Amino acid sequence: MAKHSAKKIFRLGILDENPVLIQIIGICSALAVTNLMMNSLIMGLALTFVTGISSLTISIIRLYTPKHVRMMIQVLIIAAYVIIVDIFLKAYMPEMSKALGPYVGLIITNCIIMGRAEAYAQINPPIPSLLDGIAAGLGYTIVLLAIAFFRELMGFGTIFGFQILGDWWTPWTIMVMPPAAFFFLAIFIWIFNSKREGEVTK
Amino acid sequence: MLEISPFVIFIASIFTNNMILSNFLGMCSFIAVSKEIPTAFGLGQAVTIVLAITSIFNYLLYEYVLIPLGLEYLRFIVFIVSIAASVQLLEMVMERFLPNLYYALGIFLPLITVNCAILGVSLFMIIREYSFIQSVAFSIGSGIGWTLAIVAMAGIRKRLETAPIPKGLEGPGITLIITGLMAMAFIGFSGIVQIQ
Repeated sequence: MAKHSAKKIFRLGILDENPVLIQIIGICSALAVTNLMMNSLIMGLALTFVTGISSLTISIIRLYTPKHVRMMIQVLIIAAYVIIVDIFLKAYMPEMSKALGPYVGLIITNCIIMGRAEAYAQINPPIPSLLDGIAAGLGYTIVLLAIAFFRELMGFGTIFGFQILGDWWTPWTIMVMPPAAFFFLAIFIWIFNSKREGEVTK
Repeated sequence: MLEISPFVIFIASIFTNNMILSNFLGMCSFIAVSKEIPTAFGLGQAVTIVLAITSIFNYLLYEYVLIPLGLEYLRFIVFIVSIAASVQLLEMVMERFLPNLYYALGIFLPLITVNCAILGVSLFMIIREYSFIQSVAFSIGSGIGWTLAIVAMAGIRKRLETAPIPKGLEGPGITLIITGLMAMAFIGFSGIVQIQ
C-alpha cells in the first residue's frame, strides 16, 4: 500500500470512508447512545481511544503474530483496552458508566475496531495505524454527535444538558425513543450518499 | 432486583424489550443478512441457540468463578472467550450429530461470535442482576425476538425490490427507516409488560 500522509488518513477516516455513514459498521452503539450529546461524546472518545491504541498495538506485533490465531489475539488486545476504559469510567464518571451500561463492553464487538485492525493495522507500520484508528474513531464520534444534537434538542430542548429551547417547546418524546435513532441515521446516510453521488457525477 | 417472573421476562424480551428494536444489538448482521427469509430464519435460529448456551455458561462463570475470585473486571475477556469457545463447540457437536442443521447454519456460526447481541445479552443479565432462571428466560426470549425482527425485515425487503426508492436511500438507508417503523410498531406492545 502506498504511503499515506496524515492528512489523507484523516480525510479517508472522517469523510470518504466514514465508518458509520459509508461502511455502515459499528452502528449498534451509534444508535443506542445518541439520545444525549454527553453520552455520545464520551462513547465517541472511548471508541477513538480503543481503536487508535489497539491499532497501534496490533501493528507493532503484526510481524510476530501467527496468521491463523490473529483474530483471537486482536480480540484479546481490544478487550484489554476496553477493560481499561470501563474501569476509568467507573472510577471517574460513575454516572456516565451507568448511563452507557453494557454499551461500553460492547465496544469489543464493535466492527469498526476489528475492521481497522484487519484492513489497515495488520499491513501497515505503527504510527500510520495509530492515526488511522484515531481517524476512524473521530469519524464515528462526529456522526454520533450530529445525531445526538438533533435528538437531544428535539427530545429534551437541551444541548449537553443546557436548556436551549424555552418553555414554549413541547419535547418530542419520540426523539428519545429508539425509532428516532433509526430515522436520523437513515436521513444522515441519505444526505451523505446524495452529496457523494453529486460529486461523483460532476 | 425485584423478583420478576421468568415468564414476564421472556415475553418482554420478545416484544417490549426486543434486542434489535429497543436495544439496537446485532444491527450489523441484521442489515447484512436480512435479504432472504430462509437465510434470515437460519441466522435467527443459530443466534437463539448460541444465546441460550452462552448465557448459561457466562452466568455460571460469572457467579461461581469471577465473583468468588474478585475478578469481575475481567468479565469482558472471559465472556468473549467463552462465546468464541461455545460457538466452536456447538459447531463441532452439530457437525457430528445434526449434520443437516449444521450445513444449513454452517456459514452463520462463526459470524455469531462477533454479533453484539450475544455479548450484549450476557452483559445485560449481569447488570440487571437476573437469577439463573431469569437469565435463561431472558436469553431465549431475546433470541426469539431477534429472529422475529430479522424474519419480518427479510419479508419486507423482498417487497422493496420492486418499490421505487429514492436514490441514495437504497440499501442500508431504507432498511434503517423500516426498522424505525417496526420499532414504532413494537412500542405498541409496551402496554403488555415492562422490564428495565
